[in-house]
Amino acid sequence: MTPDLWALYELMYKSRSFEEAVQQIWMDGKISGEMHLGLGEEAIMAGIVSQLVEGDALALEHRGTAPMLMRGVDPTILLREFMGEPDGLCGGMGGHMHLFSPEKLIASSGIVGAAGPAAAGFALAAQVLRPGTVALAFFGEGATSAGMLMEAMNLAVVWNLPVVFICKDNQWAITTPAETAVGGNLLKRAESFGMLAIEVDGLDVVAVSSVAKTALDHARAGKGPAFLWAHCVHMEGHFLGDGFLNMVRRPFYSFRKRTWSMVKGFLRRGGAPMSERLAAMRQIMGQVLAAQGQANQKNDPLLRTRQVLKAKDDDRLSSLEANIRSEIQNIVDLALKPEGRSA
Amino acid sequence: MRKMGFSEAIDDALGQAMVNDPRILLLGEDVQGLHGSLFVRFGRQRVLNTPISEAAFLGAAVTASMAGLRPVAEIMLVDFIAVAVDALLNHAAKLETFSGGRWSAPLVVRTTCGGGYGDGGQHEQSLWGWLAHIPGLSVVVPSTPADAGGLMLACLEWGSPIVFMEHKLISSTWLDFLGYGGRSTVTYDIPRDGTYGPVPNYWEPLPIGKAAMRKNGSDLTIATLGVGVHRALEAAAQLERQGISAGVLDLRTVSPLDKETLREELRRTGRLVVVDEDYEGFGLSGELAAAALEAGIRFKFGRVCTQTTIPYAREVEDEILPNVRRIVETCRKLV
Repeated sequence: MTPDLWALYELMYKSRSFEEAVQQIWMDGKISGEMHLGLGEEAIMAGIVSQLVEGDALALEHRGTAPMLMRGVDPTILLREFMGEPDGLCGGMGGHMHLFSPEKLIASSGIVGAAGPAAAGFALAAQVLRPGTVALAFFGEGATSAGMLMEAMNLAVVWNLPVVFICKDNQWAITTPAETAVGGNLLKRAESFGMLAIEVDGLDVVAVSSVAKTALDHARAGKGPAFLWAHCVHMEGHFLGDGFLNMVRRPFYSFRKRTWSMVKGFLRRGGAPMSERLAAMRQIMGQVLAAQGQANQKNDPLLRTRQVLKAKDDDRLSSLEANIRSEIQNIVDLALKPEGRSA
Repeated sequence: MRKMGFSEAIDDALGQAMVNDPRILLLGEDVQGLHGSLFVRFGRQRVLNTPISEAAFLGAAVTASMAGLRPVAEIMLVDFIAVAVDALLNHAAKLETFSGGRWSAPLVVRTTCGGGYGDGGQHEQSLWGWLAHIPGLSVVVPSTPADAGGLMLACLEWGSPIVFMEHKLISSTWLDFLGYGGRSTVTYDIPRDGTYGPVPNYWEPLPIGKAAMRKNGSDLTIATLGVGVHRALEAAAQLERQGISAGVLDLRTVSPLDKETLREELRRTGRLVVVDEDYEGFGLSGELAAAALEAGIRFKFGRVCTQTTIPYAREVEDEILPNVRRIVETCRKLV
């Protein structure tokens, strides 16, 4: 079965437009604290979430906006939640890291790795109460170092639970690169638990869609859990205002906040010999530059699909995008002017 | 005298100790990036990034300390200690007793705590009462840059497991990282006196288990710690204008608790208000009341604590965390 590329692109473009609006509202100070966006993960989310059925459950981490939106949660109340308003999804009590929908069986957590056990429990309930439905766990490669996720994978295998574990590998745990924090090969790790494990280019929505179907069919058929290892990027860093991205994007600000104290530390008497200090300095600089590379347009999962659709029917693409942009603008206007909601 | 920010003072004192004692290591998630000034000074042999494996690296830090190292293990936010608390509860804190006093774990757990910047209750808890509940575990919570550096040095010399807590609202480093993210469009109610201040040219350890009177008062005593100290001082200034003389006692250490200073103050004032950002039930506020009652002191009691899960919504959060208005109201009821 060939996936409907237009429908997938619509999901991706809507999610992107919505999150870009969220970014602006955060910049304007109407959202407090941290904000983790899913820019760069859209192909993974669209490829998987588009194939879910009623009764399927989601365990999300701190990047929950895109899957909530794609699962059909009202974007206006999502935005009101981010703004901490009483008419938000959860009365403004949870914020973007703690999004819940009992109707759609979606639970989020800001604790890294927590999606693993959460999905296992949802899957146990599915097995007993809703045969044929599945539970999904979304997490980053950083979470594969968390014990509870590894325990949940084993539990899912020995209980033959209908879980699909989805690792969105963007190669960074905040400022820590995966090659210094994740041992071995994640595909082999998952396989060695005894589950179906598939690696996929997470920037390619068609490829994700295809492997997601295999994994979901496997779990729905009662054949036990599956693991998808999807490679992607985080285009806006770990969270908005990411320190490594700011060191290049806003050098003067960063110098005052961060770089100057490093320079002073580098020059202080006492400590490691110069060779080790230089190695540390080079490491930081290398990581700062590597972080910029993720934001490169060639990594944008939307562009790849867009090129295909543009060649097929440019007019249809333009009108689809224009419609979504105007839809998102209406949502933003509505969310920012609560008094207009009843009108 | 130099002047420094809160977290800068901690890193400065830690750096001084690391020069003097090669057994001291800093390890934790993103410490090379978050404590860049220490990383480029001491290199990767002394400043170690960890995977997101709190249970593993905290557990490992316990035995590393038993085997002769002096690890400072950073749990980025104290909320995240939940997945690793076994290392402290069942191991580090039990070792001295189980080994018949023959072995101890001289480990420092450095961690951030506290709210007031809209991150919600999975990233903003205080939990010092929860940790101090465990026999064999000590907990310190400084409120000024000078105390922060001096207490860090004291923790490194303490000789048994100790948790050092850094309140994010008075750390411009942490608050920029988690609250502002480089924005100037958000405002938080930050007590300026805690964020920046004089520190000694050469750090000396401060006594652990010794409270400090921040303001003398004859009508009542406000016992508090961390950001609460600054809220209490502001409340005391308002009360002063209303003719009520409130003293402010900065506990600085939750465990061991300076019961003597508290009792001395209460014998004079006969009124105690506890301002505690940690949860109200079964915690520090009740413990302070018990310490006074056990000494036979008769006193009036009130408390301003966090009673519920800390919500994300900023305005609700500001009401739920101890604030100046609630402190003033509670004090006035006792006088």
